[in-house]
Amino acid sequence: MTDQVQTAEPLLEVVDLKKFFPIRRGYFKRVVGHVKAVDNLSFYIMEGETLGLVGESGCGKTTAGRSILRAINPTSGSVFFRDPHLGRVDVAQLDDEKLRVVRRSMRMIFQDPYASLNPRMTLLDIVGAPLRAMNIAHGSELEDRVAEMLRRVGLRPEYMRRYPHAFSGGQRQRIGLARALAPNPKFVVCDEPVSALDVSVQAQILNLLQDLQEDLGLTYLFVAHDLSVVAHISDRVAVMYVGKMVEMAETRELYTNPMHPYTEALMSAIPLPDPRPRQKRVLLTGEVASPANPPSGCYFHPRCSYAVDLCRTREPELEEVKPGHFVKCHRARELSLTGVSEILARQ
Amino acid sequence: MPEQHTTPQNSSVLVEIKDLRTYFFLAEGVVRAVDGVNLTVNRGVTMGIVGESGCGKSITAYSILRLVSPPGKIVGGDIFFYKVPKDGSSSQAEVINLAKVDPNGETIRNIRGNYISIVFQEPMTAMSPVRTVGQQIMEAIILHQKVDKKTAREMTIDILARVRMSNPERVVDEYPFQLSGGMRQRAVIAMALSCRPQLLIADEPTTALDVTTEAQILKLMRELQEELGMGIMYITHNLGVIAEMAQEVAVMYLGRVVEKTDVKELFFHPLHPYTQALLTSIPQLRDALTRQEKSRLNVIKGMVPDPYARLKGCPFHPRCPVMISGVCDEVEVPEIEAAPGHMVRCHLYTSH
Amino acid sequence: MSETTMPKVEVPNNGSPVITKDEAFYRASQWQLVWWKFRRHKLAQLAMVVLSIFYLIAIFAEVVSPWDPLHRMKEYAAMPPMKIYFFDYNGNFRGPFVYNMVFGRDPVTLRPVYQIDFNTILPVKFFAKGDPYKLWGLFSWDRHLIGIDQPDITKPYPFFLLGTDSLGRDLLSRIFFGGRISLTVGLIGVALSFIFGLLLGGVAGFFGGVVDEVIMRIIDVLISLPQIPLWMSLAAALPQDWPQLRTYFFVTIILSIFGWTSLARTVRGKMLSMREEDFVMAARLDGESEWSIITRYMLPGFASYIIVSLTISIPGMILGETSLSFLGIGLRAPTISWGVMLQDAQTIQTVSQLPWLLWPTVFVVTAVLMFNFLGDGLRDAADPYVT
Repeated sequence: MTDQVQTAEPLLEVVDLKKFFPIRRGYFKRVVGHVKAVDNLSFYIMEGETLGLVGESGCGKTTAGRSILRAINPTSGSVFFRDPHLGRVDVAQLDDEKLRVVRRSMRMIFQDPYASLNPRMTLLDIVGAPLRAMNIAHGSELEDRVAEMLRRVGLRPEYMRRYPHAFSGGQRQRIGLARALAPNPKFVVCDEPVSALDVSVQAQILNLLQDLQEDLGLTYLFVAHDLSVVAHISDRVAVMYVGKMVEMAETRELYTNPMHPYTEALMSAIPLPDPRPRQKRVLLTGEVASPANPPSGCYFHPRCSYAVDLCRTREPELEEVKPGHFVKCHRARELSLTGVSEILARQ
Repeated sequence: MPEQHTTPQNSSVLVEIKDLRTYFFLAEGVVRAVDGVNLTVNRGVTMGIVGESGCGKSITAYSILRLVSPPGKIVGGDIFFYKVPKDGSSSQAEVINLAKVDPNGETIRNIRGNYISIVFQEPMTAMSPVRTVGQQIMEAIILHQKVDKKTAREMTIDILARVRMSNPERVVDEYPFQLSGGMRQRAVIAMALSCRPQLLIADEPTTALDVTTEAQILKLMRELQEELGMGIMYITHNLGVIAEMAQEVAVMYLGRVVEKTDVKELFFHPLHPYTQALLTSIPQLRDALTRQEKSRLNVIKGMVPDPYARLKGCPFHPRCPVMISGVCDEVEVPEIEAAPGHMVRCHLYTSH
Repeated sequence: MSETTMPKVEVPNNGSPVITKDEAFYRASQWQLVWWKFRRHKLAQLAMVVLSIFYLIAIFAEVVSPWDPLHRMKEYAAMPPMKIYFFDYNGNFRGPFVYNMVFGRDPVTLRPVYQIDFNTILPVKFFAKGDPYKLWGLFSWDRHLIGIDQPDITKPYPFFLLGTDSLGRDLLSRIFFGGRISLTVGLIGVALSFIFGLLLGGVAGFFGGVVDEVIMRIIDVLISLPQIPLWMSLAAALPQDWPQLRTYFFVTIILSIFGWTSLARTVRGKMLSMREEDFVMAARLDGESEWSIITRYMLPGFASYIIVSLTISIPGMILGETSLSFLGIGLRAPTISWGVMLQDAQTIQTVSQLPWLLWPTVFVVTAVLMFNFLGDGLRDAADPYVT
């Protein structure tokens, strides 16, 4: 992003974010290569917006979410965040003390409602942990705040003395949400928050996420693999493939008018709860490339039915092909790809 | 000995489950995992079984193969398997009541993997990590088809090719960990199909896979069904997958089939309040992409009750939006044929 | 059973609350859950009761044992176990009693034998007056939990339920006192293992890198050494003239040389896997300090595993002490331990003539078995959150 005058400054701006994991071999643990889990990721999120980040397992979407919060340290790149206490800061460069301040406003909810709550702590301790550790509230004030958070996420405050084992998956996800929202954040990374839940519970949590976003003015980075869920909750969607972003656009635009062949294949693979056959389906062949040993040129070219010689040799840039529609494909302008428009026409 | 008799009528029936009850006797109480299930799977047809976790859909499948082990036990009901001899000696089906056979006996062992196969959710758990893909598939072939090693190997390569495995001659000597998730699931399917079963039970076979891989596997299973003409019992929680795979669907809730009909009827005219609620609680692409404002999903209030609890009347009544007080929470619901071929278990369609 | 889930409660917007299990369960901490699960393990509970009795006996050995274990009574040397009677030879109920025994010779073989003196009935009593002692070296008393009153301790009447050794010392009393050493060698050894294991394993798991490598390689070297020969050579190197207490202490150190390695590995492994847990990452994002993450999130997570692995390593130490002492290179007389006692039963002759000298074996086997049962039960209960 450049410093051009915009209608509003984004709340979060990620610039060239990289996270490489070293591959070590042998007795002396020599570094023999890198898994490029996240490679040159750039995007922005406006305040109050939900950006969906989709891709298949191993594409780096979870690593990206974690690197942004410094849950793991990124290899390089910047994460500019408009912090209510510190102003605009680069989270990737912050020292521990400032990071602690920023973490009040940048929070995370996890995929696994069982693994993400310490089974040996009561709800009061779990939800109260950020308040206590960040010195926001103590004693009865902390208890009041925890009670309020539990009420907000649809749990009874009396549950405060219970342990997580008393709760089902959906309720645990509510607890995780209460913990994330306790220090009154601005921005929340939702890492597959509903993929471990049953269909009926999933709807409850999605609605709750939307209600809380409206009530508290939250901004979400919604990491998920379920394209129907992402379409439902996101304003804009970014697609990742082998550590790189291949396409990003406003939700409706991306789903109805995809410009990257991989996005087209994803759209085509969505299992629709509608028994009528679909007209054209693009099925991918081959396997996802390994981020430790990616192919030359465009990483998608070995599986792409539209690939030309250029795709094998040169990596395309992420370009803004239409206003707000970014694509990383040499042939983005010439191809006419199928999205899910067909479904929209159905009765 | 299993009871044996032949039925001349309705040769398309493959498996007929009648009032099946499989309970788990735990220290905390009795879990009625399957509590009076009636189902029929026909030859060459995919019966989808859909439901949330704890509804008993997998236990129903495991009961067919007698894979339920203590503390679980089949306490009642029948599972009639209409076994047509593979050698073509007779087109007459021999009827075996699987619910009554010895779970470790000769009869069921001859059926498992041979007449009825199963594909699990986690491909890695279905295969031994220390033996090659080929060895594992060959073992099943040699066990059930009495052929020599060389023929078995050729048959293995052939079946690997059938599941669209690229380079089957190489894969046959590879270990499961050398394959990707999708390839592994293909290998597992190959193993399940190696003896040309008459019924394939697929227990969430694509849940652990990515969408693009899932689409490949679903397509593969449809094609193989056409080639081999087997019946498939497809278990999943994903209504999208059901819509793609199944011709008939049974919706399960708390150990019972609450609605059963063909797939179009189910999606366009669902009768049971639970089915209706399920269909509206999943995010629909069309709604998501056509709305102006952000919408909310329909929600089924509450959650699946405690597995040890035994509810009076209809098990769905505490969560049902159209519950009739004094009826639904009191009177047991029978199965009703509300429309031709459309079975539903709900008091809205009874005269109470 | 993949399909059944945790007990469930209703969502608040459901109107009527349907709480299906009592609140006590929902509010139960980890240790309560462990205890509830452990209680289902009957064998482990039995083991706990038996071991508690063993340790109570060891603690109160002076009171519980009928004699001073060092009291030699030449007149009663090598006496076989005596029986407790309730009816005299006339068939009259007399309460528990023993007959006096008199020394004599077998008229045919001329070997010394003890004969029952049917005329002298010695009633068995609780808190009978016997050898004077100082409990834990502090409280002087002369009462023994079970025994017969001795009017003159210099001319004692016999009361030897498990017989006496060749020097005329009461075997039962010696077993009780031996338990004091043999059962605590395990505990102290385990305590030392615990400190070393937790510290070194924790350091390795927490810092990782070079520190981890060095500690793990040391452990590799240690466990590749043959255990018994190393124990033997180290024990043989202990000077003969050391005081009993110092020898005892060094023997426990020798025994714990190996004990800590497996614990250190367990702790390190748990630390490494816990660091990757979502809830630890969540704690870090909550702003918790590293110290707080280790002590409040990680340590409680594997504390139960540590307890299990410690319980399982105790029998090894008990056996270690017994073997070393039996071979004469661990503890030595006059220290009393089960191993030292078994030294008396080393030859076929003694075993055939004085078979009751093997009684300590029964106690060793029982103690080891009980620790294994207890360990089993604890292992099953250790992680109450896996179903």
